[in-house]
Amino acid sequence: GPRPGPGPRICEGDCAVLKRDDVFKAVPVLRRRKIIFEKQWFYLDNAIGHIYGTTFEVTSGGNLQPKQEVEETTTETKEAGTDNRNIVDDGKSQKLTHDDIKALKDKGIKGQEIVQQLIENSTTFRDKTEFAQDKYIKKKKKKYEAVITIVKPSTRILSTMYYAREPGKINHLRYDTLAQMLTLGNIRAGNKMIVMETCAGLVLGAVMERMGGYGSIIQMYPGGGPVRAATSCFGFPKLFFNNLHEFPLSKVDSLLSGTFSTETLPSEPEDNALVEEESNGSVDEKQTSMQETEEESTTATTMEINQTDEQETMDINAEDVEFKENKEKENKENVREKQRKQWERRKKLIEAAALLREKNADGLIVASKFHPTPLLLSLLEFVAPSRPFVVYCQYKEPLLECYTKLRERGGVINLKLSETWLRNYQVLPDRSHPKLTMSGGGGYLLSGITVVLDKGKSDSSNLEALKMEEPSSKRCKVQDLHC
Amino acid sequence: MSFVEYGDTIKDGDTAIVFLGHESMFPVKVQHGTVTQTKYGVIRHSMDLIGKKYGSKVTCSKGGWVFILHPTPELWTMNLPHRTQILYSTDISVITMMLELKPGSIVCESGTGSGSLSHALIRTVAPTGHLYTVEFHQQRAEKAREEFREHGVEHLVTVTNQDVCKNGFGVSNIADAVFLDIPSPWEAIGHAKSALKAEGGRICSFSPCIEQVQRTCLAMEEYGFTEINTLEILLRVYNVRTISLQIPDLGKTAEDNSSTGFDSSNPSNQGSPCTNLQQGTVQFKSGVPLREMVGHTGYLTFATKS
Repeated sequence: GPRPGPGPRICEGDCAVLKRDDVFKAVPVLRRRKIIFEKQWFYLDNAIGHIYGTTFEVTSGGNLQPKQEVEETTTETKEAGTDNRNIVDDGKSQKLTHDDIKALKDKGIKGQEIVQQLIENSTTFRDKTEFAQDKYIKKKKKKYEAVITIVKPSTRILSTMYYAREPGKINHLRYDTLAQMLTLGNIRAGNKMIVMETCAGLVLGAVMERMGGYGSIIQMYPGGGPVRAATSCFGFPKLFFNNLHEFPLSKVDSLLSGTFSTETLPSEPEDNALVEEESNGSVDEKQTSMQETEEESTTATTMEINQTDEQETMDINAEDVEFKENKEKENKENVREKQRKQWERRKKLIEAAALLREKNADGLIVASKFHPTPLLLSLLEFVAPSRPFVVYCQYKEPLLECYTKLRERGGVINLKLSETWLRNYQVLPDRSHPKLTMSGGGGYLLSGITVVLDKGKSDSSNLEALKMEEPSSKRCKVQDLHC
Repeated sequence: MSFVEYGDTIKDGDTAIVFLGHESMFPVKVQHGTVTQTKYGVIRHSMDLIGKKYGSKVTCSKGGWVFILHPTPELWTMNLPHRTQILYSTDISVITMMLELKPGSIVCESGTGSGSLSHALIRTVAPTGHLYTVEFHQQRAEKAREEFREHGVEHLVTVTNQDVCKNGFGVSNIADAVFLDIPSPWEAIGHAKSALKAEGGRICSFSPCIEQVQRTCLAMEEYGFTEINTLEILLRVYNVRTISLQIPDLGKTAEDNSSTGFDSSNPSNQGSPCTNLQQGTVQFKSGVPLREMVGHTGYLTFATKS
C-alpha cells in the first residue's frame, strides 16, 4: 500500500479545536493570541507545526509543551480498604491547606506532582477502596493536570461542541439527530442538495463534509444572508465553496410563480440599500449590519481562511475584539472590492435561481427555527422524484402538522416521524453502567421520499393514502387507552 | 443507476425498489422480458419499468399501483436478503458520523455479513475512498461480491474471505477508520490498530452484550487507543394520529359548557385542539409511539488511535 505520510500538521490560520476531556472549543490558530479555555489561558504559538491530535501541557507563561508519555509510577504494592465503614468525613483528611496547594502551583510545580502530594497527604486515601482511590486520582488529575489536545475539526467534533456549548444556536439539534439527517438524506458526493438551516451553518458544514466538494449545494437563507459561523470552523478547502450557492427565502415564491426575473434585481449601487433593508426587517437578530451580512455571505466565495475564520468564530471566542477592529478598517478601505463582491453575489443569485428552476435537486434538508410546513410545501417543488428529504424541528407538534399537510399535498411517500435517544455508558471493570445523565431532547425528524406528483388524481389517491396511514380501528384503540 | 449515483430513468439491469405502501416494499432486479408479481398484480419490466422515471406510479395488471424508487443504502437496508443479523440505519448513521467518514476515507470492516453497513459505507466514501471488508464465511463473502457488482460499486470495495481475528484486514497503515461487528472484537483490536494509518484514525466496535464491550474496552486501552467511549442509540418512531377525547359529563348546564376551558373559538387548523361540544369530544393531532419498539440493538464503542 501507500507509504504512511506524516499526519496533518497544525498551521497558522487553521481553525482548530481544543479538547480537554469532553469539552471542546473551536479557535483560529494565530500567533501571540491569548486563548482562554476551561479557566486556563495560553498561547497556541508552540503548537504550530505539531501533528493534529497532539496533547499539550500548559506551562508557565501560557506556553504549550507536548506532553511526554510518562509511565505511571505505581510499582509499589497498592494498599486499599474494602469498604467505607470506618471512613468519617471530618473535613480534616487532607493535610495540605489551600495555601499550601496555591504555593505549589505558584512555584510552577507540575500538576502530576501536585496530585501525588495530595494523595500522600490524604489520611483516608489508603483506607479507600481501590475503586474509590481510582476515582479520587481521576478527579484530582482533572483539576491539576492541565492537558489540552488539539484536534482537527469534523462534524463529529463540531456538532458535539455546539450541542454542549451553544445548543440555542443550533435549535438544540443533538449530534446523533444530525447524524440521522445525513443518512436519511442520503448525503454523498455528487448530489445536488437544497439546504435550509438556521443552525449557524453547522448543518451546511456537515452536508459539505459528506459531499467532499463533489456536486452542488443551494443554501436557502432567511434575512440578508446565510449564517455560516459554524461552517467556517470546519476549515474546508476553497474548492468546496465553488459549487456552494445561496438563494434568499424571500424570493422563493416569485421563483415558483415565475415572476422572479433578473431584471427585478437592482443594479450594483442600489444593491446595498436593498439588502440592508431586507436584513433589518428580518427576524434574524444576528443580521444587524450590512457588513456582517456581506462577510458571511461571501466567506464562501473568497474564503480567505485566515481572515474570515476569526470573524466567524467570534461567537465561540468572544475575546477577539482587537481583530474585529482591524477587519472593519480593512473593509472601509475596500469599497471597490465590495462592489466587485456584490456583482459576484448577484451573479451567484442568478446561478442559484437557474439551478432551482431545473427542479431536479437530489434532496432537501431543513433544520430551522421556522415553522417547517410552509418551507416544505414550497421547497419540495425543487426536488426531483424518488429523492429523500429530512426536516428537523426542535418540537414535535409542528411536524405533526407538516405530516398532515404533506399527505394532503401528495407527491411524498414513506413519511416517518422519529426521534433518537442517546445513552452514554461508563465501561470499567466491575463498574459498568449507563452514565448518570442523558440528554433530555435532541429534536425530532420528519423524513420521506418524493414521488411523481399525480396532479389530476391526487385528491382521491391522497384520501386513500390518508386512510391507509390512519386505520380507524387503530385510532379507536389509541382512543381507548386515553380514556 | 448505481448505489453511489442517482439516475433519472429506470434501466435494464438496475436494482429498483417496488413500494407498495405503508413500509411495504421489496427490491427488484430490472430485466427485459421479466415480470414481477405483487398483490396488486403483475409488473412487466419491459413495458412498465424500463424507460420510466424513478419515483413514477406504476399501474399493475389488477389496476392497483405501486411506486418505483431509486435504490439508496437506506432502502436497501430495509429490503435486503438477510444472511445474518444486520445493522439498521439508526446505528449506521451514528457509526458513519463518529468514524468521521467522508468522500475519500479508507475504511476497514468485518464482518461483511449481509452488506447492510457496507453499502452505507461505500456510499459515504465514494468516489475516491475505499472499503476493505473481511468476511470469514466463504458463501457470504461471495454473495457480497456479487451484490456489489450488481449495484455498480465493485470498484469501491474489496471483499476478503479470511478470519479477521487471525489474519487481520489484509492491509496495513492505510485506513482512516475501522469497524468491527464480530463476536469477539477484542481479538481483532491489534489488527485494527495496524490497519489504521500511522498518524491515527477512528475505530468502532458493535456488540450486543456488555461483557463483550468490557473486554473490547480493555483491549483498546491495552493497544493505546484513546477517547474510548461507549454509547447506545435508540430510535423512537411516532404514528401521526387524530385523537378525540370525550369530555366528561360533570352535570353542568348548557350555559356553563361554554366555559369548560376549551377554546372553541379557535379556528380548526391542524395541530390545535378542536372542540366539538355537541358531541362532547376534543380532537387533536398526536405523535403516538409504536406499541412495540426496538429496545436494544447493540453498544457502540468508539475510540481514537493517535
